[in-house]
Amino acid sequence: MRTKIAERRVEGVNRGIIPLVAFLFLLAIGGRAGAQSSTDTLPPSPPSEVTAFDTHNDAGKNITINWKLSADDGTGRNTVKGYDILRSESRSGEFEMVGSVVAGISTFQDDKVENHRNYFYKVRAKDHRFSESGIVGPVQASGQWYNTNRTVVLIFVVIFTALVIYFVSSAKKGKKLYIRPIPGMDAVDEAVGRATEMGRPILYILGLSTISDVATLASLTILGRVAKKVAEFQSKLLVPCYDPIVMTVAQEVVKNAYLDAGRPDSYDESNIWFLSQSQFAYAAGVNGIMLRERTATNFYLGMFYAESLILAETGNIAGSIQIAGTDAVVQLPFFITSCDYTLIGEEFYAASAYLSREPKLLGSIKAQDWGKMGLIALIVLGGFFASIHHLSGFVNLFTVGH
Amino acid sequence: MSIYEKMMSIDRRVLFVLIALSVVIPLLKPLLLPVNVTKEVKHLYEFVDKLKPGDVVLLSLDYDPSTMAECQPMAISILRQCFSKGIKVIVTSLARPEGLGTAEMALTQAAQEYHKKNGNDYVFLGYKPNAAAVILAMGENFRLAFPNDYYGTSIEDIPMMKGIKNYRDIKILVTISGSGIIDTWVIYAGGRYGVPVGAGVTAVMATDYYKYLQSGQLVGLLGGLKGAAEYEKLIKHPDMATKGMDGQNMAHLLIVFFIIIGNIGYFLGKRAKGIKGR
Amino acid sequence: MRRQIPLAITLVGGVVMIIQYFIPHQISQEIYRGSLDWLMIIAGFTMVLGIGSLVIHHTDKLKHHREGWGYSLVTLAGLAVMSIVGLIWGMAGDKPFMQIFIYAQNPIQATMFSLLAFFIASAAYRAFRARSFVATLLLLSAIIVMIGRVPIGAKIWSPIRLVSDWLLDYPNMVAKRAIGLGVGLGMISTALKIILGIERSYLGGVK
Repeated sequence: MRTKIAERRVEGVNRGIIPLVAFLFLLAIGGRAGAQSSTDTLPPSPPSEVTAFDTHNDAGKNITINWKLSADDGTGRNTVKGYDILRSESRSGEFEMVGSVVAGISTFQDDKVENHRNYFYKVRAKDHRFSESGIVGPVQASGQWYNTNRTVVLIFVVIFTALVIYFVSSAKKGKKLYIRPIPGMDAVDEAVGRATEMGRPILYILGLSTISDVATLASLTILGRVAKKVAEFQSKLLVPCYDPIVMTVAQEVVKNAYLDAGRPDSYDESNIWFLSQSQFAYAAGVNGIMLRERTATNFYLGMFYAESLILAETGNIAGSIQIAGTDAVVQLPFFITSCDYTLIGEEFYAASAYLSREPKLLGSIKAQDWGKMGLIALIVLGGFFASIHHLSGFVNLFTVGH
Repeated sequence: MSIYEKMMSIDRRVLFVLIALSVVIPLLKPLLLPVNVTKEVKHLYEFVDKLKPGDVVLLSLDYDPSTMAECQPMAISILRQCFSKGIKVIVTSLARPEGLGTAEMALTQAAQEYHKKNGNDYVFLGYKPNAAAVILAMGENFRLAFPNDYYGTSIEDIPMMKGIKNYRDIKILVTISGSGIIDTWVIYAGGRYGVPVGAGVTAVMATDYYKYLQSGQLVGLLGGLKGAAEYEKLIKHPDMATKGMDGQNMAHLLIVFFIIIGNIGYFLGKRAKGIKGR
Repeated sequence: MRRQIPLAITLVGGVVMIIQYFIPHQISQEIYRGSLDWLMIIAGFTMVLGIGSLVIHHTDKLKHHREGWGYSLVTLAGLAVMSIVGLIWGMAGDKPFMQIFIYAQNPIQATMFSLLAFFIASAAYRAFRARSFVATLLLLSAIIVMIGRVPIGAKIWSPIRLVSDWLLDYPNMVAKRAIGLGVGLGMISTALKIILGIERSYLGGVK
């Protein structure tokens, strides 16, 4: 009896509760669906303050479009997925999509435009729906004739060129310009003399770069002066070259130096030759020359790389006097440890002026000195202003853009 | 000759033999010393790690066989990282013609490990002389400098290169070199075209490029075999660089020992002769 | 005339390329791209020049049996073999050219570079003597950086890595930047001298 009553009670409960739960469940789903559909009916807030302009400081065919982010991008309902950029050639014409960006980005560059043609733009914020900004335009792309981002470089070039011209002119007018002694260059005479006494050749390495490298050009200038001394002393000069064009120029330089010294018959073109354009093959070749010929003096003047220590140490083993000069800052320590004299940085560029004492060349050294003083003053000022928070914008004056 | 004079003038050949032993012995009997990762290496790794599958990276393997020992492990590690993440790679070799062989070796090895296909996952553009001109030309259009890839296929026919015009279409440019070409990449590609630049250099050159790290012109810097070993640790793929670090440890300690011996001999010799210092 | 024309070309070319840097306009970019093309063409042509010079020099040595003519024979043989092998079978990975490159040239070049390890040891041993205060500073810095840059350094003395980094980030950077600024000014000055015709060494004469 009790079991039957209990069974009827359970049955009764089941009959009552299940529909109630189902009803509540349907209510919940319906409500949520109601809530979703009420969100879906609203598109995101449109982007605003859209501007379009010809991209600055470029060759043309590029328009920049900027806008303010939609109120629903990262804030508000936070539903924006991205933006589409639309373009037309007339305000009332058909707009086509030219690009899109993800949410959070408020700029786009359209590089598929022609110069001097009118374009109109609008920007669309999108999630499941979209909303558009107003139309901006007309805007035209064009190339600029001056890159304002490089103004600071222009100012510096003008000032420095003016300094060079001023000091060269002063020197030509006879003004005496002092240049401090450069020990490596003072030793050239001694080094060449030593080679002559020992009856052993002098080795001159122009570096491992091409004729377009300023270091190679500076080295060729020094070669001319060294070759003239060698011609006067009646020694032998060996110049194995890394680059074929440098070789042809070096041959001319040495030939003219021998002519200037009044010893054209002593000039032997086969002493200036192309060795190899492979870095370590060149180093191996030069090492072989140093050890076989037992060169008395080695000059390393130009651009060098990892082979610098290999050359200098081998020269040291061979017992040669060694004079080095390079603008490759990273190789300087190797030359300093292994060579008798090393021209550091600009001393190398000043060497040709120092050897020749030509007023025009000395004038340019003076301009470099004044240029350096200017840079030092700027560094001190820059350090001072950068340390003061509200004056740190001073540093931005010297930023060079693209 | 006194003991001090002997200490100051040890025959070079003795030094050379000891250096050779200090490198060879750890290769045969590894010490497995741990490698610590520096921030400059980590920055480069993290930059590449944040890229998404399908992004394109330009990797310029500007070294030749002479610097292969330091540079090749860097190249292979970066290629492994890119290929494992589905990042596409454009490879060039601009320093010297001899660099082509080493570049191709690195690329082929990494591509085979990850079953990557030429033309779809990577493209090898090869070498052209005058690196500065080529770097600048690629900033306008890759096709200006390389109308065909290394194997003679027209760039237009390479699936991966569709839609890739110049530096604007790549996420980062990494140059691995034993020469000064790094400056050319930083100044011309990074400075002129604004593409992020990462670099791997030989250890002797690394100190010269900290200035670019400080100024933000380099995203990251791998210096020498240690830099390569650090990168191998980050990508969790220890290889040749990690094995070579033991030898490097020992060689450095040995050179320091030589310097100390030489100076002890110098000072004791001076004292023995009663010479006052300069 | 022989000097005037090259000087004029240098002046015009130098000034045009300086001005081009400041002009982003399309015309300026065309000039720039054109000069890049010419640079690549000229650079490629120099290889022909180099090979010609190499062959002439070594053939002359062989002909007259000058000292070291055996090395000239090896050089010419190497040039001939690689050229022939490359032209006949191509340069693909499994061809003789690449095999010679991988198994002969690679090891030889790597060997030459590895000489640095030995030479650094002998140079450091010879040069790093504490002869003066400055030399002592150099010596101590070298020791700290050498030990600090390898993992074993941290095991010997844990702060050495920080000290080594400080030396590289500050004194080393300062010196390199200062020399670099000077070198930069020197380069600009030399380039200006060449453009303005004050420096004429590249024409092949001291005057």
